[in-house]
Formats: sequence, structure tokens, C-alpha cells
Amino acid sequence: MSAATAQAAGPPPTAPEPGSLPAALRRAAGRRRLTPYLLLLAGVAWLLVFFVAPMVYQASTSVQTGSLDKGFRVTWHVATYWDALREYWPHFLRSLLYSGIATAACLAIGYPLAYMIAFRAGRWRNVVLVLVIAPFFTSFLIRTLAWETILADQGPVVSFLNTVHLLDVTSWLHITQGDRVLATPLAVVCGLTYNFLPFMILPLYTSLERIDGRLHEASGDLYATPFTTFRKVTFPLSLPGVVAGTLLTFIPASGDYINAELLGSTNQKMIGNVIQSQFLRVLDYPTAAALSFILMAAILAIVTVYIRRAGTEELV
Amino acid sequence: MQTRPMRWLRRNVVVLAGVLALGYLVLPNLVVLVFSFNKPKGRFNYTWNTFSTDAWQHPCGVADMCGSLTLSLRLAVYATLGATVLGTMTAFALARYRFRGRAATNMLIFLPMAMPEVVMGASLGTLFLNMRIRFGFWTILIAHIMFCLSFVVVAVKARIMSMDPRLEQAAQDLYATPAQTFLRITLPLAAPGIAAGAMLSFALSFDDYIITSFNAGNTVTFPMFVWGSAQRGTPVQVNVIGTAMFVIAVLLVVAGRLVGGRRRGARS
Repeated sequence: MSAATAQAAGPPPTAPEPGSLPAALRRAAGRRRLTPYLLLLAGVAWLLVFFVAPMVYQASTSVQTGSLDKGFRVTWHVATYWDALREYWPHFLRSLLYSGIATAACLAIGYPLAYMIAFRAGRWRNVVLVLVIAPFFTSFLIRTLAWETILADQGPVVSFLNTVHLLDVTSWLHITQGDRVLATPLAVVCGLTYNFLPFMILPLYTSLERIDGRLHEASGDLYATPFTTFRKVTFPLSLPGVVAGTLLTFIPASGDYINAELLGSTNQKMIGNVIQSQFLRVLDYPTAAALSFILMAAILAIVTVYIRRAGTEELV
Repeated sequence: MQTRPMRWLRRNVVVLAGVLALGYLVLPNLVVLVFSFNKPKGRFNYTWNTFSTDAWQHPCGVADMCGSLTLSLRLAVYATLGATVLGTMTAFALARYRFRGRAATNMLIFLPMAMPEVVMGASLGTLFLNMRIRFGFWTILIAHIMFCLSFVVVAVKARIMSMDPRLEQAAQDLYATPAQTFLRITLPLAAPGIAAGAMLSFALSFDDYIITSFNAGNTVTFPMFVWGSAQRGTPVQVNVIGTAMFVIAVLLVVAGRLVGGRRRGARS
């Protein structure tokens, strides 16, 4: 915070003498104009150098050809994009599908919880909030591995689904396979839902908490049923939270590969798995770069359409 | 006419759904806790065998695990310091000043949070690779500060925006110097936001696998150790660490609330 303190330190404000006032004011105004830029300098520079520059560089990498031994050169070989898309479109589709379903599931599971914390938790509110946030602070990977135990072949979930004969239905729907839940689409979507649920709950909670409780009373006074109150008052007012939550869930989920790797099989690989293996194992950097950009373009397109339809402008 | 249990159910359906969702969130943590007391039969700690406190007595009994753990802790401390300092300065500029380029800066802050981690990790990795910078501690640290920064800015900015500017004006009216005003009024008021941002950075940095994997080279952080061990069979000690982290996190949050609560109480 050195710059901030230095900035605030400045010269001590001696009581200004009447004659010198304009000069002092001008100096102060000049300092004020510069202050935000000085404060921003380090943070913005960091992001420009280590976030924006890599993206630009990645864009140039995606149109390079070559090999690791001979080096890569920009040849405007746009066909990399086409080849990548032709070979990996199922992975793209699967990523968007899985993360879409997981986002919907997060909304379905997260909304009641956020609602409960905002309106019904009473003195338990802080306890529940801690329980929602605490998983953030324990390892993502360890918790995902725990799902391997929960969904294991002789585990509680499989035996429960077997007893109520749901496993036959899910197998028929091709979201599980035979007697297994692990290494199936169901497991991956379950893991994604679990891992990104806090990202849904927190924005929902923030926007629900802002709602004035008197609106509920007013709605009740006007003979609305609780459900009508929810549909016409609560839900529309919580829309900014819904939009923020779905974006915060969908975007990271579509790039995730931890869940697909640990809970899925080779048939459930998502686009993140492909990018990672192209980059770290195959060492085909142009393809990895092209895949990244296709993923970003797809997300950007979906998000744009979604925000247009949801019609909220205040996001952050 | 509805029966009483039905009516109760109707009235509390939201609470029930919420409690179920909470159970879903906490369930894996319980599994991690229970299986930290397991003595697995083979290499894989998936099925319950017998109760044992072995892992708790020898938490560092696995080769390389505690080394990766201290590395991750060190990284998280530095990344938190860096991101908090840079992020707080940025947040002050964005929340307190109107200036040219403000909208662009807001966008620049928002983008890293809205970008899939694979994309960020891969592109930073490509840059390092081509600038022939050796992967290791420093490249990981640079990456961690980069992705933690935005979260700090958002947390601190929200706090500053909700602060009453009249408190600072009052300080100035009472002849406080700008330095005094900043140190005794502004900073303490912004502290909860800064603390929240710092805690978030620490958690994000400590826990990150995806971005780290692209920028680590041969350096192994704790999440990378866990990832590597998942194929060979995760040692029980990993569950011990996971449980300890959960307990420490809960204690920290509770302690933070208590301190915050007492402050609020003292003021009123």
C-alpha cells in the first residue's frame, strides 16, 4: 500500500492564507488528477503484462506452424482452427452441455439454500454462510476425490439407486453405465454441480438479501399467495443474482477438466482435458491455442445471447 | 382440509430444500474426515477397512507431501500479499475517483474472473515458454497474483463504495491531516473488505490446480501432489490435511466474525 500511503501523506494542510488559495487549489487539483493513475499503475500493469499480453501472444501462437525442435513461426495457418474444430467438436459440445446442465442444477439446488439463508435462517444465518464458504478453503481436488468414494461401485449412491431401480432408468438414458455411476456423465455433472455451487449461492444470496422484506408483506396484504409473491416479486428482484450466479458457474465449469478427469472416463473428456493434454503432453501449442480461442468465442457468444435475453445490465 | 404435517411441510419446504443443499455441500468434507481415520487395505482409500489414527500421528509420513504443502503455503502467503497490495490500490482508484479509462479498467478487472482457467493458464504458460523463462516458484507466483488480483479488487471496492464519505469529511473538519484521515479512518473502515479479499486470495492460491499446472514446470505444489497421487492411490495423509484445512478455515471464519461482532458491539 506504499503508494496509497505516500499519496495520502502529502503536505500537511496548513490553514491556507487567503492570497495563496488559487495556487494551492490548482496544485491540489493536479495531484488529484494524477492520484488514480498512480494507484492503478501497479495492478493494471500486472494484468496487462501477465493477462492481456499472454492472450495476444496466444492469438499469434494459434496461427503459427512448426515443431518444438525447429521452433514455431507465424504462417497465418488458420486451418489449425478448422482442424481443431473438426477433430474436437464433440468435446466442445460435451463441455457446453455438461456445464449447462450443472449450471441449471446449481440454480435448482442453490436457490432454495440462498433463499433460506436470506429470509428463513434467523440466528443460524452466519452458521449456514460459514458452511457454504468453508468448502472454498478446503482443497477442491480432495473434495472431488471424496466423490469417488461416495459414488464408488459398491458405495451408498449406487446401492440406493439400485434399490429404487433408478439405475436402470439412468442407464437407459445413457447417463450411467450398467451398475456404475463413477466414470459416467452423471458422475461428472454431479462433480461439476458440487464444485461450482458456492459460486451460484453467494451472488443469489447477495441479491436476495437486498430485497426489502416489506415488499413481501405488501404483496401478502394485496392477497397474493406465497407462490405468486415469489413469482412476481422475489424472483424478478433476484434476477441480477441469477444472471451473475449462472455466469460465475457456467464459465469456469465449461473450462474445467478436473471433474472429467477424476470422475469421468475417457468418454467424458471435456475441452479442458484436450487443451491441457495438447499443451503439456502433445506439445502442440498452436492447436492448444486455437482450442482456447474457440472455447472463448463459444462462451462469449453464449454469454452475449444470455445477457441480452436476461436483460440485466448491472452485472458486477 | 390439509393435515397438520402437510401444512408444516408446505410452510417449511424451502428450509428443507436448503438443509438438503447444505448437506450436499458438506457431505464430501465429512467423507474426507471419516476416511482420514481409515486404514486402507490396498493403495486406494475408497472403501472402509479399519479405524486407525496412523495418518493423524504421522501427517508427514508420505514422501514429498509436506514439502509440497509448505511450498503451497509459502506461495499462498506471497500471492496474498502481492494481490492484496495491488488490488487494494486499484480498488481505491476505481471506487474513489472519476478518471479517463475507468470503464476500461473495470473491464480489465472483470475479464480474468470471467475467463476459464485453462485459457488463462495455457496462454501465460505459452508466453513464459517462448520468453524462455524457467518454470518454477516465480512463474507460479506471477500467475497466482494475476488471478487473485481481480477478486481482491471486487471485495475491497464493494466495501469502499458502502463506506460513508462523511466520516472522512468529519475527520478533515476536525483538522486531521490526509495521512491521519487515511490511517485512522479510511483504512480501518476498509479493513473488512481488505481482509475478505486477502482470505479469498489465500484460498484461491492455495487451492489452484489448473493454472498452476501450466506454469509450474517440475515444481510440485500441494494440489499438484494430490493430482499426481490420485492415479497411484491417494495416501490417507491427504485426508488429514484436507480435514485440518476445513477445521482451520471454519475456526478462522468464526474468529473473524467474533472479532467483527465485538467491534460492532463496542461502537454502538
